Amino acid sequence: MTGSSSWSQALVQISPYTFAAIGIAISIGVSVLGAAWGIYITGSSLIGAAIKAPRITSKNLISVIFCEAVAIYGVIVAIILQTKLESVPSSLIYAPESLRAGYAIFASGIIVGFANLVCGICVGVIGSSCALSDAQNSSLFVKILVIEIFGSALGLFGVIVGIIMSSQASWPAKAA
Amino acid sequence: MYGFEALTFNINDGYLEAIVRGYRSGLLTAADYNNLCQCETLDDIKMHLTATEYGPYLQNEPSPLHTTTIVEKCTLKLVEEYKHMMCQATEPLSKFLEYITYGHMIDNVVLIVTGTLHERDVHELLEKCHPLGMFDSIASLAVAQNMRELYRLVLVDTPLAPYFSECITSEDLDDMNIEIMRNTLYKAYLEDFYKFCEKLGGATAEIMRDLLAFEADRRAVNITINSIGTELTRDDRKKLYSNFGLLYPYGHEELAVCEDIDQVRGAMEKYPPYQSIFAKLSYGESQMLDKAFYEEEVKRLCLAFEQQFHYGVFFAYMRLREQEIRNLMWISECVAQNQKTRVHDSVVFIF
Repeated sequence: MTGSSSWSQALVQISPYTFAAIGIAISIGVSVLGAAWGIYITGSSLIGAAIKAPRITSKNLISVIFCEAVAIYGVIVAIILQTKLESVPSSLIYAPESLRAGYAIFASGIIVGFANLVCGICVGVIGSSCALSDAQNSSLFVKILVIEIFGSALGLFGVIVGIIMSSQASWPAKAA
Repeated sequence: MYGFEALTFNINDGYLEAIVRGYRSGLLTAADYNNLCQCETLDDIKMHLTATEYGPYLQNEPSPLHTTTIVEKCTLKLVEEYKHMMCQATEPLSKFLEYITYGHMIDNVVLIVTGTLHERDVHELLEKCHPLGMFDSIASLAVAQNMRELYRLVLVDTPLAPYFSECITSEDLDDMNIEIMRNTLYKAYLEDFYKFCEKLGGATAEIMRDLLAFEADRRAVNITINSIGTELTRDDRKKLYSNFGLLYPYGHEELAVCEDIDQVRGAMEKYPPYQSIFAKLSYGESQMLDKAFYEEEVKRLCLAFEQQFHYGVFFAYMRLREQEIRNLMWISECVAQNQKTRVHDSVVFIF
């Protein structure tokens, strides 16, 4: 690389493997953070409300399952992303194609991680309200569940875009 | 941060919020009150109450029931629920729950001091104290002769200590001074509670601000009406009003110079929320004012449950229970004295 030292040069001198690995880490780590956040928000309300109204426990586990699904999305995408990591010969590490592949995996990880984070929190808050209202009036459960279904679709959007993004992450072929 | 309580509230307080909402679903409904109002004897009331949440507390009572027994057992239920919540709570919810009981502590202190003044036995007075407001050294209140001793001997170790700075005098305690002391203490307590809620911030501050402002305004009106015709000067009356609420400061200035109820009505009609309360009363009548205020308070307390992730639900639940106990006491007294036509004079339906 040449001796110039502006920040734009700094970015392209970081190995694309770094970006790809961080992307995979964020994909699973932040998704699990979102799922855990949602589960504790729902779980604490569900436990307290079930003391007075024990009938709500089995139905309201659906909220917890929706939050858990968010973590599973993160795991699936992380596994897909790590199969996309290939070795390239050292002369090609900083070639534009390699950088593009590294950035694509990084972006895919961020998309999935943060979409699942907010999805998990969203489903958790709705699940908490769902448990509390179900304890008072059992006809409300199905209606609030519809809201939760819409909320959990947010995580799916993230997964879809993340997979599309990573599918075109192609490392340069070995130099002839 | 306001608006984002949902993210972190449940870490410490989600379980207790769900529990208090479960307790709320056990409050008596209008159908229960209708059944109770149609009872002929206290035993009928006991039978109806045994079918509600009060069952385990009343079913072992022997048959010649007194109204005081019913009220005592219902209060016992409230105290047990409070203690259950208190032992699970962490800061700052535990501090908030303690604040709710300071009002009862003030009432207990005044009860014991007044009773001692009228030469009643200390143990008899202790039995009449509200259980939520008990503290350790309460029995030694009977020894004090004036306020300074009261403070130095007993109250300096209690949570009420900071409220005494405005009312320590060396005068001997008599009926008038004791009422002024009660109102001064309550004023300091409400302001302290208000500041505490503002410090908590977020939805708790907003909802408690509204509920405490209503309480402060209601007390201002009651102080005004009760001190019409007594020796309390205008300045003294003004000193008893709290420094917050819808009526502060201009409403207080008008209330301080009121000499009869119609002037009070005139002062209050400038404020839309209170105008609707006073519109329910015809001119010159003040007996229904208490009930009108209670109805408005119950309406606001029920609204506190509409939002999740704040502490206002705990305050609202304690107040609604107290209102329910007042209702039960009124109904029991009416039934015991055979005055069933007056039952609906003072029962405030919650749902």
